[in-house]
Amino acid sequence: MSTKTIKNYLNCETGIMSWLTTLDHKRIGVMYLLFIAISFGLGGFFALALRMELLTPTQLYLTAKQYNQAFTLHGAVMVFLFIIPSIPAALGNFVLPLQLGAKDVAFPRLNLASFYVYVLGAAFAIFSLFNGAVDTGWTFYTPYSTQSDTSVISMTLAAFILGFSSILTGVNFIATIHKMRAPGMTWFRMPLFVWALYATAIIQILATPVVGITLLLLIFESTFGVGIFDPALGGDPILFQHFFWFYSHPAVYIMVLPAMGVMSELVTTFCKKNIFGYKLIAYSSLAIAIISFLVWGHHLFLSGQSSYANMIFSLLTFLVGIPSGIKVFNWVTTMYKGTIDLKTPFLYFLSFLFLFCIGGFTGMFLGALSVDVHLHDTYFVVAHFHYTMMGGVVMAFLGGLHYWWPKMFGKMYSEKWGRIAAAFVFVGFNWVFFTQFILGTKGMPRRYYNYLDQFQPLHAFSTMGTFVLGTGFIIMAVYLIHSLFKGEKAPANPWGGLTLEWVADTPPDHHNFHETPTVTTGPYDYEKAGY
Amino acid sequence: MNEINNSLMNTGTLWLPEAISDIAGSVDSLFYFIFWISVLTFIGIMGVSLYFLVKYRASNNKPKEKHITHNTLIEVVWTVVPTILCMVIFYWGFTDYMRLKTAPGDAIQIRVTGEKWLWNFDYANGTNTVGELAVPVDTPVQLIMSAKDVLHSFFIPNLRVKRDLIPNRYTTIWFEANKTGSFQIFCTEYCGDGHSNMLANLHVMPMDKYQDWLASGGGSNKDMPLAELGAKLYKQMGCNACHTLDGSKSVGPSWLGVYNSHRQLTSGKTVTANDNYIRQAIVDPGSDVVAGYPPVMPTYAGKLSDRDINAIIEFIKAQK
Repeated sequence: MSTKTIKNYLNCETGIMSWLTTLDHKRIGVMYLLFIAISFGLGGFFALALRMELLTPTQLYLTAKQYNQAFTLHGAVMVFLFIIPSIPAALGNFVLPLQLGAKDVAFPRLNLASFYVYVLGAAFAIFSLFNGAVDTGWTFYTPYSTQSDTSVISMTLAAFILGFSSILTGVNFIATIHKMRAPGMTWFRMPLFVWALYATAIIQILATPVVGITLLLLIFESTFGVGIFDPALGGDPILFQHFFWFYSHPAVYIMVLPAMGVMSELVTTFCKKNIFGYKLIAYSSLAIAIISFLVWGHHLFLSGQSSYANMIFSLLTFLVGIPSGIKVFNWVTTMYKGTIDLKTPFLYFLSFLFLFCIGGFTGMFLGALSVDVHLHDTYFVVAHFHYTMMGGVVMAFLGGLHYWWPKMFGKMYSEKWGRIAAAFVFVGFNWVFFTQFILGTKGMPRRYYNYLDQFQPLHAFSTMGTFVLGTGFIIMAVYLIHSLFKGEKAPANPWGGLTLEWVADTPPDHHNFHETPTVTTGPYDYEKAGY
Repeated sequence: MNEINNSLMNTGTLWLPEAISDIAGSVDSLFYFIFWISVLTFIGIMGVSLYFLVKYRASNNKPKEKHITHNTLIEVVWTVVPTILCMVIFYWGFTDYMRLKTAPGDAIQIRVTGEKWLWNFDYANGTNTVGELAVPVDTPVQLIMSAKDVLHSFFIPNLRVKRDLIPNRYTTIWFEANKTGSFQIFCTEYCGDGHSNMLANLHVMPMDKYQDWLASGGGSNKDMPLAELGAKLYKQMGCNACHTLDGSKSVGPSWLGVYNSHRQLTSGKTVTANDNYIRQAIVDPGSDVVAGYPPVMPTYAGKLSDRDINAIIEFIKAQK
């Protein structure tokens, strides 16, 4: 009984209000996690709906408009409500102060505010679902979006509000990383997940305002009829694309950088090795953050942008791939002479490695100007960004979730079912999306409700894979929820990690640490730890 | 959907449809260059990872060694080598792109207008067609393109050309097809409910046949029975983007059983969908819209001859 009386952040206060008004970064992280899981379910539902429709070349059960709404909502929900906040806001909120040896983030009230801003944005998005769901694609390209009779305004307003949540979290993290590090934790003794969140926060703060003002201009145009983007009113539709991608391409790295941070944590802990090339990984995060601002034009290769602009953007696109490649080499080399333990989180590390490499290589096809002309706006692009976003970010998110789950809730999940679900997700994902590379190179355009009969075998094959993928996620949901109630009690450090979150209790105390930890070495000194 | 064109899935290589121009062949070479570099590097990375996974499993007893934390030489190598390879790919892609962009001065020019949800083609001699683009083989052809309403994109997979169409602005593509036959054209910029039905056909013909085709005003349909011509026009003119034949509701009313039925209009009036009403609906679609449908249909006045309109009416009649 005595163990049960130990207070931790979950049971130190009780009642729904203690959660809704909490300033504890850990509780805020858990609330984000709940909302993000719901959003992922919603986005997944739309994905399933549209993949089912694509079983046949003509109408199966959705009208063209419903299909267009389904793919728009799938994209918008997954991007704005799930992927962007997934790792930084949910896992980052929970882990960052712990890894720094801090009591909380720098501005706990701001942290809670950014959560409620996220909820408000989500509410607008959900409202727009029931009020003539948007059919513009998640990119809201003009002039289609200003002419559409669907609820473009409430959906763009949702994205605008969600952007503020992202900015506030970014500000908070930067201040926290600068000012709240434990004694002895120099910049180069920070865990790489912290470096990744730092680089992410820079992009969040600098890029998000641009999409904010763009969406506001869009609302302004459709409300007051002021010509900004609509050529019928004397505006320029290409300007919208520039503005939109000036944010949305860096946003890709808002998603990927934290994922790479998680990868560095997983590979060191499960190989019991110091990371290979710590500084190169840290610097490459910053390099990605900087170059990512200068590649947005590769979304406009065919839009009437000048050839010389295309040339520069193509060159920079290849350059932004290099730091990602360096990280991959470093992770693989970290395994060299390690003590490798194939636990569930590490299986997601390996999935990421496999899938993200394919995502990266297919990015080279799209970066090469002449080849992009053929592949642009085909299923090749769809497959490419699912390999980076889902094969990359979602795998890292799942890896991080399984890695920190015991710390978050004090319970162990079933390792056996964890591995089974990981296998289902890996096989199902490749089944669905590798197929789409071939569809794309053969010329199948994206966002097509009907398609030529000759594409049916591959489309149907791809759709079948979604059941395997979906089964993986259902298994995962079951054993994770089951673990909360029936799971074995987790030890403080189930994986033998060396970063500071593993020093804290499991689940952590309300104030994280009983005494402020002092740091004397780098974060992954497994040699000293006896490995 | 129509399958008269050269198949994309069953021609060419495993990855790419048949290429029907010299530049398309060059694009394919770069595609396969990147492909093989990727495959080899990928196998390398995965092979090494697998080797480490097996060799350094926790269960394998191994001597304690000093941990390697970095190696400047190897890190420089794996930064510099991929950079060089990327620069090669970049340069190759850019030079081919400039070839794809720069039309020869003597290219035949054809105007293309994209609108929801059909393709208009205007030739210098006054011939205009919808959904059917004819070009001579082994001759450079330049398309000067613009959109009427929203963004569209013109894509011919077999020629590896694609370009967005923008309202109030011209964009161009050019190609020199080296094989005769019929090939698929797609719209690849999302443009609404009929986007996936915004298709067209490219017909590459010998020069003399092309001249005949042009002189006859875009191919003669004089010998075709009316209902058969109507069926052809149904697809070619993009009617199928909005009107189904199976009774299901799309952007516009289905044609199944519509002939001589009584229709309630948005104005509250009721009409009989007879020959006169259908003709009016084709040439002046905004005038008497059926209740429950948006007034979005473009006018076909000037795009269809009287015989074409008769053919479509006959085709609608046949949908019982």
